Amino acid sequence: MNDKPEKLIDKKGVRLDGRKPDELRPIKIDVGVLSNADGSAYIEHGKNKILAGAYGPREVHPKHLALQDRMLLRCRYHMAPFSVQERKSPAPSRREVELSKVIRESLEPSIFMEYYPRTALDVFVEVLQADGGTRCASITAAALAVADAGIPMRDIVVACAAGKVEDTIVLDLMDEEDKLGSADVPLALMPNLNAVTLLQMDGILTVEEFEQAVNLAIEGCKKISAIQKETLKAKYVDVKEVEE
Amino acid sequence: MSSVITRLKQKQIAQLIEKGKRLDGRELTDYREITIEQGIIERAEGSARVLLGKTEVMAGTKVELGKPFPDTPNDGVLTVNAELVPLASPTFEPGPPGENSIELARIVDRGIRESKAIDTEKLCIEPGKKVFVIFVDVYVLNHDGNLIDASALAATAALLNTKMSKYQIEEGEVKLTSGYTQLPMKKHPITVTFAKIGNKLVVDPWLEEEQVMDARISMAFDDDDNICAIQKGGNGYFTPEQIQEAAKTAKEKAKQLRKKLDW
Repeated sequence: MNDKPEKLIDKKGVRLDGRKPDELRPIKIDVGVLSNADGSAYIEHGKNKILAGAYGPREVHPKHLALQDRMLLRCRYHMAPFSVQERKSPAPSRREVELSKVIRESLEPSIFMEYYPRTALDVFVEVLQADGGTRCASITAAALAVADAGIPMRDIVVACAAGKVEDTIVLDLMDEEDKLGSADVPLALMPNLNAVTLLQMDGILTVEEFEQAVNLAIEGCKKISAIQKETLKAKYVDVKEVEE
Repeated sequence: MSSVITRLKQKQIAQLIEKGKRLDGRELTDYREITIEQGIIERAEGSARVLLGKTEVMAGTKVELGKPFPDTPNDGVLTVNAELVPLASPTFEPGPPGENSIELARIVDRGIRESKAIDTEKLCIEPGKKVFVIFVDVYVLNHDGNLIDASALAATAALLNTKMSKYQIEEGEVKLTSGYTQLPMKKHPITVTFAKIGNKLVVDPWLEEEQVMDARISMAFDDDDNICAIQKGGNGYFTPEQIQEAAKTAKEKAKQLRKKLDW
Protein backbone atom coordinates (compact mmCIF):
# COMPACT_ATOMS: atom_id res chain seq x y z
CA MET A 1 0.00 0.00 0.00
CA ASN A 2 3.03 2.25 0.30
CA ASP A 3 3.89 2.44 -3.37
CA LYS A 4 3.72 6.14 -4.10
CA PRO A 5 2.71 7.09 -7.62
CA GLU A 6 5.45 8.87 -9.51
CA LYS A 7 3.29 11.78 -10.58
CA LEU A 8 -0.10 12.87 -9.31
CA ILE A 9 -0.87 14.56 -12.58
CA ASP A 10 0.72 13.96 -15.99
CA LYS A 11 1.87 16.44 -18.62
CA LYS A 12 -1.52 16.43 -20.33
CA GLY A 13 -3.17 17.39 -17.05
CA VAL A 14 -4.69 13.95 -16.43
CA ARG A 15 -4.91 12.95 -12.77
CA LEU A 16 -4.39 9.54 -11.15
CA ASP A 17 -8.05 8.61 -11.58
CA GLY A 18 -8.24 9.99 -15.10
CA ARG A 19 -9.89 13.30 -14.17
CA LYS A 20 -9.09 16.70 -15.61
CA PRO A 21 -7.86 19.35 -13.14
CA ASP A 22 -11.29 21.00 -12.87
CA GLU A 23 -13.34 17.81 -12.82
CA LEU A 24 -15.31 16.49 -9.85
CA ARG A 25 -15.39 12.88 -8.76
CA PRO A 26 -18.69 11.04 -9.41
CA ILE A 27 -21.30 12.07 -6.85
CA LYS A 28 -24.46 10.23 -5.84
CA ILE A 29 -26.82 11.58 -3.19
CA ASP A 30 -29.98 10.20 -1.58
CA VAL A 31 -32.29 11.89 0.91
CA GLY A 32 -34.66 10.45 3.48
CA VAL A 33 -32.63 7.29 3.94
CA LEU A 34 -33.14 6.92 7.71
CA SER A 35 -36.64 6.21 9.02
CA ASN A 36 -36.02 7.40 12.60
CA ALA A 37 -34.34 10.70 11.80
CA ASP A 38 -36.36 13.84 11.05
CA GLY A 39 -34.14 14.33 8.05
CA SER A 40 -31.32 12.35 6.51
CA ALA A 41 -29.04 12.09 3.53
CA TYR A 42 -26.47 9.69 2.15
CA ILE A 43 -23.68 10.76 -0.15
CA GLU A 44 -21.17 8.88 -2.24
CA HIS A 45 -18.51 11.33 -3.36
CA GLY A 46 -15.75 9.44 -5.08
CA LYS A 47 -15.09 6.58 -2.64
CA ASN A 48 -16.41 8.60 0.31
CA LYS A 49 -19.55 7.02 1.75
CA ILE A 50 -21.19 9.24 4.32
CA LEU A 51 -24.51 9.18 6.20
CA ALA A 52 -26.00 12.27 7.82
CA GLY A 53 -29.02 12.38 10.10
CA ALA A 54 -30.80 15.41 11.58
CA TYR A 55 -32.96 15.26 14.72
CA GLY A 56 -34.97 18.31 15.66
CA PRO A 57 -36.14 20.80 16.52
CA ARG A 58 -36.44 18.83 19.76
CA GLU A 59 -36.16 19.31 23.50
CA VAL A 60 -32.67 20.21 24.71
CA HIS A 61 -30.86 17.71 26.90
CA PRO A 62 -29.21 18.66 29.21
CA LYS A 63 -31.70 21.47 29.76
CA HIS A 64 -29.23 24.15 30.86
CA LEU A 65 -27.76 24.24 27.36
CA ALA A 66 -31.01 25.63 25.92
CA LEU A 67 -30.81 29.12 24.40
CA GLN A 68 -33.61 31.55 25.15
CA ASP A 69 -33.58 33.36 21.82
CA ARG A 70 -32.69 30.65 19.34
CA MET A 71 -32.20 27.01 18.57
CA LEU A 72 -29.09 25.16 19.70
CA LEU A 73 -27.26 23.47 16.85
CA ARG A 74 -25.06 20.51 17.67
CA CYS A 75 -23.00 18.53 15.19
CA ARG A 76 -21.04 15.37 15.56
CA TYR A 77 -18.68 14.28 12.84
CA HIS A 78 -17.51 10.75 13.41
CA MET A 79 -15.52 8.23 11.44
CA ALA A 80 -16.28 4.54 11.56
CA PRO A 81 -13.29 2.43 12.70
CA PHE A 82 -13.35 0.60 9.35
CA SER A 83 -13.58 3.74 7.22
CA VAL A 84 -9.82 4.13 6.78
CA GLN A 85 -6.83 1.90 5.98
CA GLU A 86 -5.58 1.57 9.58
CA ARG A 87 -8.41 1.01 12.08
CA LYS A 88 -9.46 4.27 13.67
CA SER A 89 -10.31 4.15 17.34
CA PRO A 90 -14.02 4.91 17.74
CA ALA A 91 -13.28 7.45 20.50
CA PRO A 92 -13.52 11.01 19.14
CA SER A 93 -10.10 12.26 18.05
CA ARG A 94 -8.97 15.89 18.22
CA ARG A 95 -9.45 16.06 14.46
CA GLU A 96 -13.06 14.92 14.80
CA VAL A 97 -13.73 17.47 17.55
CA GLU A 98 -12.41 20.25 15.32
CA LEU A 99 -14.31 19.04 12.27
CA SER A 100 -17.54 18.78 14.26
CA LYS A 101 -17.06 22.42 15.21
CA VAL A 102 -16.29 23.71 11.71
CA ILE A 103 -19.15 21.70 10.19
CA ARG A 104 -21.55 23.21 12.74
CA GLU A 105 -20.25 26.68 11.98
CA SER A 106 -20.62 26.06 8.25
CA LEU A 107 -24.29 25.09 8.61
CA GLU A 108 -25.42 27.60 11.22
CA PRO A 109 -25.45 30.71 8.96
CA SER A 110 -27.92 28.95 6.64
CA ILE A 111 -30.52 28.03 9.28
CA PHE A 112 -33.16 30.36 10.73
CA MET A 113 -32.04 29.58 14.29
CA GLU A 114 -34.31 32.24 15.81
CA TYR A 115 -37.46 30.39 14.66
CA TYR A 116 -37.06 27.70 17.30
CA PRO A 117 -35.94 29.14 20.63
CA ARG A 118 -35.23 26.72 23.50
CA THR A 119 -34.93 23.73 21.15
CA ALA A 120 -32.04 21.73 19.77
CA LEU A 121 -31.15 20.49 16.33
CA ASP A 122 -28.71 17.61 16.36
CA VAL A 123 -26.87 16.69 13.19
CA PHE A 124 -24.95 13.44 13.19
CA VAL A 125 -22.48 12.59 10.47
CA GLU A 126 -21.00 9.11 10.15
CA VAL A 127 -18.18 8.58 7.71
CA LEU A 128 -18.49 4.96 6.63
CA GLN A 129 -15.66 5.14 4.13
CA ALA A 130 -13.16 7.95 3.73
CA ASP A 131 -11.45 8.99 0.50
CA GLY A 132 -10.19 12.53 1.04
CA GLY A 133 -12.51 15.49 1.34
CA THR A 134 -14.76 13.93 3.98
CA ARG A 135 -15.51 17.26 5.68
CA CYS A 136 -16.84 18.70 2.44
CA ALA A 137 -18.94 15.66 1.54
CA SER A 138 -20.20 15.63 5.15
CA ILE A 139 -21.36 19.24 4.90
CA THR A 140 -23.09 18.59 1.57
CA ALA A 141 -24.96 15.65 3.12
CA ALA A 142 -25.63 17.32 6.48
CA ALA A 143 -27.18 20.40 4.83
CA LEU A 144 -29.51 18.12 2.87
CA ALA A 145 -30.43 16.22 6.03
CA VAL A 146 -31.40 19.51 7.69
CA ALA A 147 -33.41 20.54 4.64
CA ASP A 148 -35.05 17.11 4.59
CA ALA A 149 -36.05 17.65 8.23
CA GLY A 150 -38.08 20.64 7.05
CA ILE A 151 -36.07 23.27 8.95
CA PRO A 152 -36.39 26.72 7.34
CA MET A 153 -33.11 27.68 5.69
CA ARG A 154 -31.74 30.66 3.79
CA ASP A 155 -29.86 28.41 1.42
CA ILE A 156 -28.57 24.86 1.19
CA VAL A 157 -24.90 24.81 2.11
CA VAL A 158 -22.66 22.85 -0.21
CA ALA A 159 -18.96 22.14 0.11
CA CYS A 160 -16.05 21.18 -2.08
CA ALA A 161 -12.27 21.38 -1.90
CA ALA A 162 -9.68 22.65 -4.32
CA GLY A 163 -5.95 22.31 -3.93
CA LYS A 164 -2.59 22.04 -5.58
CA VAL A 165 -0.89 18.90 -6.83
CA GLU A 166 2.45 19.09 -8.58
CA ASP A 167 2.09 22.64 -9.96
CA THR A 168 -1.55 22.57 -10.92
CA ILE A 169 -4.56 23.92 -9.07
CA VAL A 170 -7.10 21.11 -9.06
CA LEU A 171 -10.68 20.57 -7.94
CA ASP A 172 -11.94 17.98 -5.47
CA LEU A 173 -8.85 16.21 -4.14
CA MET A 174 -9.04 12.50 -3.54
CA ASP A 175 -7.13 10.68 -0.81
CA GLU A 176 -3.74 10.39 -2.56
CA GLU A 177 -3.84 13.98 -3.79
CA ASP A 178 -4.79 15.18 -0.33
CA LYS A 179 -1.89 13.32 1.32
CA LEU A 180 0.82 13.84 -1.31
CA GLY A 181 -0.30 17.11 -2.87
CA SER A 182 1.02 20.47 -1.78
CA ALA A 183 -2.15 22.23 -0.60
CA ASP A 184 -5.79 21.60 0.24
CA VAL A 185 -8.49 24.28 0.49
CA PRO A 186 -11.86 22.96 1.68
CA LEU A 187 -14.65 25.50 1.24
CA ALA A 188 -18.39 25.57 1.97
CA LEU A 189 -20.73 27.93 0.18
CA MET A 190 -24.28 29.22 0.33
CA PRO A 191 -24.56 29.38 -3.48
CA ASN A 192 -27.53 31.78 -3.72
CA LEU A 193 -26.03 34.24 -1.25
CA ASN A 194 -22.45 33.86 -2.54
CA ALA A 195 -21.34 33.45 1.07
CA VAL A 196 -18.47 31.24 2.22
CA THR A 197 -19.31 29.47 5.49
CA LEU A 198 -16.31 27.19 5.80
CA LEU A 199 -12.79 27.89 4.70
CA GLN A 200 -9.69 26.07 5.76
CA MET A 201 -6.34 25.54 4.20
CA ASP A 202 -3.19 23.61 4.74
CA GLY A 203 -0.13 23.40 2.56
CA ILE A 204 1.74 26.14 0.74
CA LEU A 205 0.09 28.53 -1.72
CA THR A 206 0.90 32.00 -2.95
CA VAL A 207 -1.87 34.58 -2.51
CA GLU A 208 -2.59 34.34 -6.27
CA GLU A 209 -2.78 30.53 -6.22
CA PHE A 210 -5.04 30.74 -3.20
CA GLU A 211 -7.38 33.07 -5.07
CA GLN A 212 -7.49 30.61 -7.98
CA ALA A 213 -8.17 27.70 -5.62
CA VAL A 214 -11.02 29.56 -3.91
CA ASN A 215 -12.62 30.38 -7.27
CA LEU A 216 -12.25 26.80 -8.47
CA ALA A 217 -13.74 25.43 -5.24
CA ILE A 218 -16.70 27.82 -5.60
CA GLU A 219 -17.30 26.53 -9.15
CA GLY A 220 -17.20 22.97 -7.82
CA CYS A 221 -19.66 23.86 -5.07
CA LYS A 222 -22.10 25.23 -7.63
CA LYS A 223 -21.98 21.99 -9.63
CA ILE A 224 -22.59 19.89 -6.52
CA SER A 225 -25.36 22.25 -5.46
CA ALA A 226 -27.27 21.41 -8.64
CA ILE A 227 -27.07 17.69 -7.81
CA GLN A 228 -28.14 18.44 -4.22
CA LYS A 229 -31.25 20.34 -5.30
CA GLU A 230 -32.15 17.76 -7.92
CA THR A 231 -31.97 15.03 -5.27
CA LEU A 232 -34.17 16.93 -2.84
CA LYS A 233 -36.73 17.73 -5.52
CA ALA A 234 -36.78 14.15 -6.79
CA LYS A 235 -38.00 12.89 -3.42
CA TYR A 236 -41.19 14.93 -3.68
CA VAL A 237 -41.71 14.41 -7.39
CA ASP A 238 -41.70 10.67 -6.76
CA VAL A 239 -44.39 11.01 -4.08
CA LYS A 240 -46.57 12.98 -6.46
CA GLU A 241 -46.41 10.31 -9.12
CA VAL A 242 -47.54 7.62 -6.67
CA GLU A 243 -50.56 9.70 -5.68
CA GLU A 244 -51.78 10.15 -9.24
CA MET B 1 -24.59 41.97 35.49
CA SER B 2 -22.16 43.15 32.87
CA SER B 3 -24.35 42.01 30.01
CA VAL B 4 -26.43 45.23 29.83
CA ILE B 5 -23.33 47.38 29.55
CA THR B 6 -21.90 44.97 27.07
CA ARG B 7 -25.02 45.03 24.88
CA LEU B 8 -24.84 48.81 24.68
CA LYS B 9 -21.15 48.72 24.06
CA GLN B 10 -21.62 46.01 21.45
CA LYS B 11 -23.89 48.29 19.44
CA GLN B 12 -21.42 51.12 19.78
CA ILE B 13 -18.55 48.92 18.59
CA ALA B 14 -20.48 47.77 15.53
CA GLN B 15 -21.61 51.31 14.63
CA LEU B 16 -18.11 52.72 14.97
CA ILE B 17 -16.59 49.99 12.82
CA GLU B 18 -19.17 50.72 10.15
CA LYS B 19 -17.58 54.20 10.04
CA GLY B 20 -14.08 52.70 9.93
CA LYS B 21 -13.23 53.46 13.56
CA ARG B 22 -12.68 51.34 16.64
CA LEU B 23 -13.60 51.90 20.24
CA ASP B 24 -9.98 51.68 21.38
CA GLY B 25 -8.84 54.20 18.76
CA ARG B 26 -7.11 51.72 16.47
CA GLU B 27 -7.37 51.67 12.69
CA LEU B 28 -9.19 48.62 11.28
CA THR B 29 -5.89 46.97 10.31
CA ASP B 30 -3.92 47.87 13.45
CA TYR B 31 -2.66 45.39 15.99
CA ARG B 32 -2.68 46.19 19.68
CA GLU B 33 0.67 46.71 21.34
CA ILE B 34 2.74 43.55 21.16
CA THR B 35 5.39 42.48 23.65
CA ILE B 36 7.37 39.29 23.22
CA GLU B 37 9.66 37.92 25.93
CA GLN B 38 11.66 34.78 25.35
CA GLY B 39 13.35 32.34 27.70
CA ILE B 40 11.26 33.18 30.75
CA ILE B 41 10.84 29.62 32.03
CA GLU B 42 14.25 28.14 32.78
CA ARG B 43 12.99 24.57 33.23
CA ALA B 44 11.50 24.53 29.74
CA GLU B 45 13.72 23.88 26.72
CA GLY B 46 12.16 26.94 25.13
CA SER B 47 9.61 29.48 26.25
CA ALA B 48 8.00 32.77 25.37
CA ARG B 49 5.36 35.10 26.68
CA VAL B 50 3.33 37.24 24.33
CA LEU B 51 1.27 40.22 25.38
CA LEU B 52 -1.22 41.37 22.78
CA GLY B 53 -2.89 44.29 24.47
CA LYS B 54 -4.25 42.66 27.59
CA THR B 55 -4.27 39.19 26.08
CA GLU B 56 -1.46 37.16 27.60
CA VAL B 57 -0.25 33.81 26.31
CA MET B 58 2.72 31.76 27.38
CA ALA B 59 4.18 28.93 25.34
CA GLY B 60 6.69 26.41 26.60
CA THR B 61 8.47 23.69 24.70
CA LYS B 62 9.79 20.39 25.98
CA VAL B 63 12.09 18.13 23.99
CA GLU B 64 12.03 14.40 24.59
CA LEU B 65 13.29 11.26 22.91
CA GLY B 66 10.65 9.21 21.18
CA LYS B 67 9.66 7.17 18.16
CA PRO B 68 8.88 8.70 14.76
CA PHE B 69 5.57 8.07 12.99
CA PRO B 70 5.79 5.00 10.74
CA ASP B 71 5.01 7.05 7.61
CA THR B 72 7.75 9.63 8.35
CA PRO B 73 10.63 7.55 9.77
CA ASN B 74 13.24 10.28 9.18
CA ASP B 75 11.37 13.14 10.81
CA GLY B 76 11.13 14.37 14.36
CA VAL B 77 7.69 14.74 15.86
CA LEU B 78 5.81 17.94 16.72
CA THR B 79 2.93 17.97 19.20
CA VAL B 80 0.98 21.12 19.99
CA ASN B 81 -1.43 21.40 22.87
CA ALA B 82 -3.36 24.42 24.12
CA GLU B 83 -4.79 25.00 27.56
CA LEU B 84 -7.46 27.62 28.26
CA VAL B 85 -6.53 27.97 31.91
CA PRO B 86 -9.54 28.84 34.12
CA LEU B 87 -7.75 31.82 35.67
CA ALA B 88 -7.63 33.50 32.28
CA SER B 89 -11.34 34.21 31.85
CA PRO B 90 -14.65 33.76 33.70
CA THR B 91 -15.81 31.72 30.70
CA PHE B 92 -13.04 29.11 30.97
CA GLU B 93 -13.71 26.06 33.08
CA PRO B 94 -11.38 23.38 34.38
CA GLY B 95 -11.69 19.96 32.84
CA PRO B 96 -10.71 18.03 29.74
CA PRO B 97 -9.94 20.14 26.64
CA GLY B 98 -13.04 21.46 24.92
CA GLU B 99 -13.52 22.19 21.24
CA ASN B 100 -12.18 25.73 21.57
CA SER B 101 -8.85 24.70 23.02
CA ILE B 102 -8.55 21.79 20.59
CA GLU B 103 -9.25 24.10 17.66
CA LEU B 104 -6.74 26.65 18.96
CA ALA B 105 -4.04 23.98 19.30
CA ARG B 106 -4.76 22.63 15.85
CA ILE B 107 -4.59 26.07 14.22
CA VAL B 108 -1.22 26.75 15.89
CA ASP B 109 -0.03 23.26 14.94
CA ARG B 110 -1.04 23.71 11.30
CA GLY B 111 0.80 27.01 11.00
CA ILE B 112 4.04 25.46 12.24
CA ARG B 113 3.64 22.14 10.45
CA GLU B 114 2.48 23.34 7.04
CA SER B 115 5.09 26.10 6.81
CA LYS B 116 7.72 23.43 7.60
CA ALA B 117 9.03 25.78 10.27
CA ILE B 118 11.05 23.11 12.04
CA ASP B 119 13.72 21.22 10.13
CA THR B 120 12.32 17.90 11.33
CA GLU B 121 14.89 15.82 9.43
CA LYS B 122 17.59 17.19 11.71
CA LEU B 123 15.65 15.83 14.69
CA CYS B 124 16.17 12.27 13.54
CA ILE B 125 18.67 10.25 15.57
CA GLU B 126 18.06 6.77 14.20
CA PRO B 127 15.63 6.49 11.25
CA GLY B 128 12.41 4.71 12.20
CA LYS B 129 13.55 4.24 15.79
CA LYS B 130 14.63 7.33 17.64
CA VAL B 131 13.86 10.98 17.04
CA PHE B 132 13.43 14.12 19.09
CA VAL B 133 9.82 14.87 19.95
CA ILE B 134 8.99 18.56 20.36
CA PHE B 135 6.07 19.39 22.62
CA VAL B 136 4.67 22.89 22.35
CA ASP B 137 2.27 23.75 25.15
CA VAL B 138 0.31 26.94 24.76
CA TYR B 139 -0.98 28.40 28.00
CA VAL B 140 -3.57 31.17 27.78
CA LEU B 141 -3.10 33.30 30.91
CA ASN B 142 -5.43 36.22 30.19
CA HIS B 143 -8.16 36.29 27.58
CA ASP B 144 -8.84 39.65 25.99
CA GLY B 145 -9.48 38.45 22.45
CA ASN B 146 -7.51 37.09 19.50
CA LEU B 147 -6.02 34.10 21.28
CA ILE B 148 -5.10 32.59 17.92
CA ASP B 149 -2.54 35.21 16.86
CA ALA B 150 -1.11 35.54 20.37
CA SER B 151 -0.78 31.75 20.71
CA ALA B 152 0.75 31.28 17.26
CA LEU B 153 3.24 34.07 17.94
CA ALA B 154 4.11 32.66 21.37
CA ALA B 155 4.60 29.19 19.88
CA THR B 156 6.92 30.46 17.13
CA ALA B 157 8.86 32.60 19.63
CA ALA B 158 9.20 29.65 22.02
CA LEU B 159 10.44 27.36 19.24
CA LEU B 160 13.04 29.96 18.23
CA ASN B 161 14.21 29.93 21.82
CA THR B 162 14.34 26.13 22.11
CA LYS B 163 17.55 24.33 22.97
CA MET B 164 18.12 20.66 22.46
CA SER B 165 20.54 18.51 24.40
CA LYS B 166 23.54 17.21 22.50
CA TYR B 167 23.81 13.43 22.29
CA GLN B 168 26.17 10.58 21.52
CA ILE B 169 25.41 7.07 20.40
CA GLU B 170 27.26 4.55 22.55
CA GLU B 171 26.79 0.87 21.72
CA GLY B 172 23.47 1.56 20.08
CA GLU B 173 22.24 3.54 23.07
CA VAL B 174 21.49 7.23 22.83
CA LYS B 175 23.24 9.15 25.58
CA LEU B 176 22.48 12.80 26.19
CA THR B 177 25.68 14.74 26.80
CA SER B 178 26.34 18.15 28.22
CA GLY B 179 25.86 21.19 26.03
CA TYR B 180 23.01 22.34 23.86
CA THR B 181 22.22 23.06 20.25
CA GLN B 182 19.56 25.37 18.92
CA LEU B 183 16.39 23.74 17.57
CA PRO B 184 16.81 23.85 13.76
CA MET B 185 14.22 26.27 12.38
CA LYS B 186 13.67 26.96 8.68
CA LYS B 187 10.62 29.24 8.72
CA HIS B 188 8.89 31.67 11.06
CA PRO B 189 5.14 31.30 10.57
CA ILE B 190 2.92 34.20 11.60
CA THR B 191 -0.84 34.01 11.92
CA VAL B 192 -3.11 37.00 11.29
CA THR B 193 -6.75 36.95 12.39
CA PHE B 194 -9.64 39.10 11.19
CA ALA B 195 -13.09 39.52 12.67
CA LYS B 196 -15.99 40.31 10.39
CA ILE B 197 -18.22 42.90 12.00
CA GLY B 198 -21.06 44.12 9.84
CA ASN B 199 -19.46 44.16 6.42
CA LYS B 200 -16.04 45.24 7.63
CA LEU B 201 -12.95 43.22 8.46
CA VAL B 202 -10.91 44.20 11.49
CA VAL B 203 -7.46 42.89 12.37
CA ASP B 204 -6.67 41.56 15.84
CA PRO B 205 -10.14 41.71 17.45
CA TRP B 206 -10.16 42.25 21.20
CA LEU B 207 -12.63 40.48 23.44
CA GLU B 208 -15.59 42.81 23.02
CA GLU B 209 -15.15 42.88 19.26
CA GLU B 210 -15.12 39.09 19.30
CA GLN B 211 -18.44 39.20 21.12
CA VAL B 212 -20.06 41.19 18.30
CA MET B 213 -18.31 39.58 15.34
CA ASP B 214 -20.19 37.43 12.85
CA ALA B 215 -17.18 35.32 11.96
CA ARG B 216 -13.42 35.24 12.06
CA ILE B 217 -10.72 34.11 9.68
CA SER B 218 -7.10 33.31 10.50
CA MET B 219 -4.34 33.05 7.94
CA ALA B 220 -0.78 31.82 8.55
CA PHE B 221 2.06 33.04 6.35
CA ASP B 222 5.60 31.76 5.92
CA ASP B 223 8.73 33.89 5.31
CA ASP B 224 8.22 33.79 1.52
CA ASP B 225 4.74 35.37 1.69
CA ASN B 226 3.00 32.07 1.03
CA ILE B 227 -0.19 31.19 2.82
CA CYS B 228 0.33 27.97 4.75
CA ALA B 229 -2.83 27.58 6.84
CA ILE B 230 -6.30 29.10 7.07
CA GLN B 231 -9.17 28.63 9.46
CA LYS B 232 -12.57 30.25 9.36
CA GLY B 233 -14.55 30.24 12.58
CA GLY B 234 -17.76 31.57 14.02
CA ASN B 235 -21.37 31.38 12.98
CA GLY B 236 -21.19 33.82 10.09
CA TYR B 237 -19.89 33.89 6.54
CA PHE B 238 -17.44 35.73 4.29
CA THR B 239 -17.93 36.78 0.70
CA PRO B 240 -15.22 35.60 -1.74
CA GLU B 241 -14.13 39.25 -2.11
CA GLN B 242 -13.66 39.63 1.65
CA ILE B 243 -11.51 36.48 1.67
CA GLN B 244 -9.21 37.89 -1.02
CA GLU B 245 -9.04 41.23 0.79
CA ALA B 246 -8.13 39.42 4.01
CA ALA B 247 -5.38 37.42 2.26
CA LYS B 248 -3.78 40.59 0.87
CA THR B 249 -3.92 42.48 4.16
CA ALA B 250 -2.72 39.48 6.16
CA LYS B 251 0.32 39.10 3.92
CA GLU B 252 1.48 42.62 4.79
CA LYS B 253 0.59 42.31 8.47
CA ALA B 254 2.50 39.03 8.78
CA LYS B 255 5.62 40.70 7.40
CA GLN B 256 5.40 43.48 9.98
CA LEU B 257 4.77 41.07 12.85
CA ARG B 258 7.66 38.83 11.90
CA LYS B 259 10.05 41.74 12.48
CA LYS B 260 9.16 41.62 16.15
CA LEU B 261 10.68 38.15 16.45
CA ASP B 262 14.33 37.67 17.32
CA TRP B 263 16.38 35.03 15.61
